[in-house]
Amino acid sequence: MRIPIETFRLPNGLFVTLSEDHSAPIVAVNLWYHVGSANERPGRTGFAHLFEHMLFQGSADVDANEHFELVQRAGGTLNGSTWLERTNYFETVPSNQLELALWLEANRMGKLLPAMTQQKLDTQRAVVMNERRWSMDNQPYGTWMEKLPALCFPPEHPFHHSLMGSMDDLAAASLDDIAQFFATYYTPDNAVLSIAGDFDPADAKRLIDAHFGAIPRGKGKPPLPDMSLPPVFGEWKREVVPDEIMLPRLFLAFRTPAFGTDGYHAASVCGAILGLRNGSRLRRRLVRERQVAADASAFTYDLAKGSDLLVCDVTARPGISAEQLEHEVATEIDALVRDGIDDAEVARAVALVQTSLVSSLQEAGERADRLSLFATYLGNPELINDEVNRYRAVTANAVNAFIRERLGENNRASLLYVPREPAADELVAAGSLANAE
Amino acid sequence: MTASATVKAPRPIPGPPREYKFPRFERRKLDNGIQIVVAHVAKLPLVTVAILSDAGGVCDQLGREGTAHLTAKLLLEGTATSDGAELAERFEQLGASIDAHADWDAAAVTMTALSEHIAPAFDLLGEVLCTPAFNAREVERLKGERMAELLQLRAEPRGLADELFSRFVYSPESRFARPQDGDEKSVNVIDRDHILSFYESRYLPGGTTVIVVGDVTADKAEELTRRALGAWTGGAPTRVVVDDKPARLDRAVHLIAKSDAPQSELRIGHVGIARNHPDFFPVNVMNAVLGGLFNSRINLNLREVHGYTYGAFSAFDWRRQAGPFVVSTAVKSDITDAAAREVLGEIDRIRAAKIAPEELSLATSYLDGVFPIRFETTAAIAAALSVLVVHGLPDDYYDRYRERVRSVTVEQVLTAAQQYLHANALQMVVVGDPATVRGPLEALGFGPLALYDTSGNPTV
Repeated sequence: MRIPIETFRLPNGLFVTLSEDHSAPIVAVNLWYHVGSANERPGRTGFAHLFEHMLFQGSADVDANEHFELVQRAGGTLNGSTWLERTNYFETVPSNQLELALWLEANRMGKLLPAMTQQKLDTQRAVVMNERRWSMDNQPYGTWMEKLPALCFPPEHPFHHSLMGSMDDLAAASLDDIAQFFATYYTPDNAVLSIAGDFDPADAKRLIDAHFGAIPRGKGKPPLPDMSLPPVFGEWKREVVPDEIMLPRLFLAFRTPAFGTDGYHAASVCGAILGLRNGSRLRRRLVRERQVAADASAFTYDLAKGSDLLVCDVTARPGISAEQLEHEVATEIDALVRDGIDDAEVARAVALVQTSLVSSLQEAGERADRLSLFATYLGNPELINDEVNRYRAVTANAVNAFIRERLGENNRASLLYVPREPAADELVAAGSLANAE
Repeated sequence: MTASATVKAPRPIPGPPREYKFPRFERRKLDNGIQIVVAHVAKLPLVTVAILSDAGGVCDQLGREGTAHLTAKLLLEGTATSDGAELAERFEQLGASIDAHADWDAAAVTMTALSEHIAPAFDLLGEVLCTPAFNAREVERLKGERMAELLQLRAEPRGLADELFSRFVYSPESRFARPQDGDEKSVNVIDRDHILSFYESRYLPGGTTVIVVGDVTADKAEELTRRALGAWTGGAPTRVVVDDKPARLDRAVHLIAKSDAPQSELRIGHVGIARNHPDFFPVNVMNAVLGGLFNSRINLNLREVHGYTYGAFSAFDWRRQAGPFVVSTAVKSDITDAAAREVLGEIDRIRAAKIAPEELSLATSYLDGVFPIRFETTAAIAAALSVLVVHGLPDDYYDRYRERVRSVTVEQVLTAAQQYLHANALQMVVVGDPATVRGPLEALGFGPLALYDTSGNPTV
């Protein structure tokens, strides 16, 4: 199964991918800017995400919140999201509203700054601080999102610091920062525009040229430092986090080949063998057979620069201590390293991944987002059509080689959440942290 | 809005929309009473199957709440020929993603697979529905997993607020006052015999509908269903109707203490109306304006004007009997009272005067225009057909949906707000830090305040 893809580049550097599908009168517009929290400067953690909020506060021809209003009035859905390496903005609209979505995206790419005010920045800063409280500070285990990258990447590495940012850094962000970030990163030559669904390619090209063609190319962005790291951590990194929780939970991470490199698919299949759905290793062994875990899963971050992370996420059953949980998970990983996996486990994982990949292509928005991903990270949206075959080409030998190289004790990072003890016992918790180190 | 608005560039003018119809579907019936609903959608080589049984949480016996939940989950934990691990392996070797769960009104086993694997996967579904093993070890394991969830909830402010909101809104006799999946006490007493007798009385061919959506014809879907489920015998279950009465008719504040919480989880609402209520469309549009959309009154007020929250929204939970109406948000602790005041103000405002024509058109043009986008996937179409089946809606429901949305008027919205938002019967549930929020909430003058621990037990 292949989806049709056409690509071209405007003179100002904007890279465009088009994929027609006329099965429903729906079209998705998806814009990736190749900037994320990794590009933030010291003292401005969280800025890429705060900036994403500001992009919904209007532009020269659009009032605050009017972007949402216009798209919803047109019968569309929309949002944006920020990640370590990129920020994306997307609309899915009835196909006769394609121009509205393109016009809105072009207006804020070309003419954002006249709409920026101190009051809007202050309000969105408050919204983002509440987002941080909601998703991390007042949520059991919520801080894993910033603690795990901090544990797995060295302090100077661009993936080390918090995507959501510290309250202090958020408080320090200014309108000058907005203007500088915009000029540096929100330029056509640092963006990929994908359109998927029900459109006429000639119309789409005309509209893209009309709305984006006059936006000037940027002056270039500062290069990221060298992102490459040794293939393994070189030790078993450990952090114990006392939290307001009822059950211990372990995030066990491994450094793995970056998204888009040769080794990525074997790592991804290994993740599915370990933690995708009920028949996976961790679910079968720890949840079903040994009954030491309430839940278990595994996932990759899909980082495309330097290295990626494969993470096992396992929550203890009541009565199972944090130490026992970590021991049980490690025992399963040790068994994997010792005995390897067989063809049937690879077949199960690949079959599930294949169903999931095909399912995801049903939605115009998802198609467009995947096209943007391959275009932004790897410069080649056609790779979307190779994904199934690349997964099917993964052999048990390849997964076992990955396991031997990357799942050993010299390449593990444990982020272990433990229920916070009463104050008097906190010294004990600190003691066990020291012992674990 | 501002002077510069006069010089803003014109917005693009859309062309005429292309016609869209909800996917055509066909009904079939087997001799044993099984209903089949098939939508042939050949966009991609995928099939979604949803098998609905009249075995939702409303069917739980008093004191054994959670039986419906556990029974649905246990369907996938072993059959006459395969234990749970083998069963998972057989589905997953086919690449079939399979889940089972019970909501209030129905239980559903849902599967998506590539169409090349649909025949053997369908046979497995037959095994799951007709010959579940309910192995005692698996019963105890899933009870333990539910206990773990309940324990986790004590430290999870969002889930806790939702659960305790239901408890404080519905009369203690109502099934809706107790958690859908059961609480510690009820789950603890459930044993294998309860599960078995629940299965035998609720999972019957006469109460089962098989929904098939995707790259498969109606004839093929019928043939597959017949092969998998045609030999299943039994009658039809009787419909269960639950009490949906409110706990009280006056306002009250229920404060659940979570010391040092940086945010308060806030829920404000009351018992709503049933899904089949004749005023469903005006109520739905009214809710969109009040708190259903990003640009709704409540979200714009709390988030974009005041910066009190990451998001605030309102919703009616649609069930066969009256589900709750609730406004939900999480706000910084020290402005909990101010945020609550704004929510109450918005409820009063939408009951006091007609909404502006632009507000109506935003809601109706959104609900009308977004309609095709809601049904892009086989799973989404199967879910929409499930709504038809569970609520007994007419077959032309989705064909008429858009015109019915568009026909709602500002007068109907006002009437809906006045009739179905009960400003004087609102219950306010707050999970937050009593030291910060208690005094200000009492000073609101909303109603009497009672304090609880995270298990919902009264404290002083």
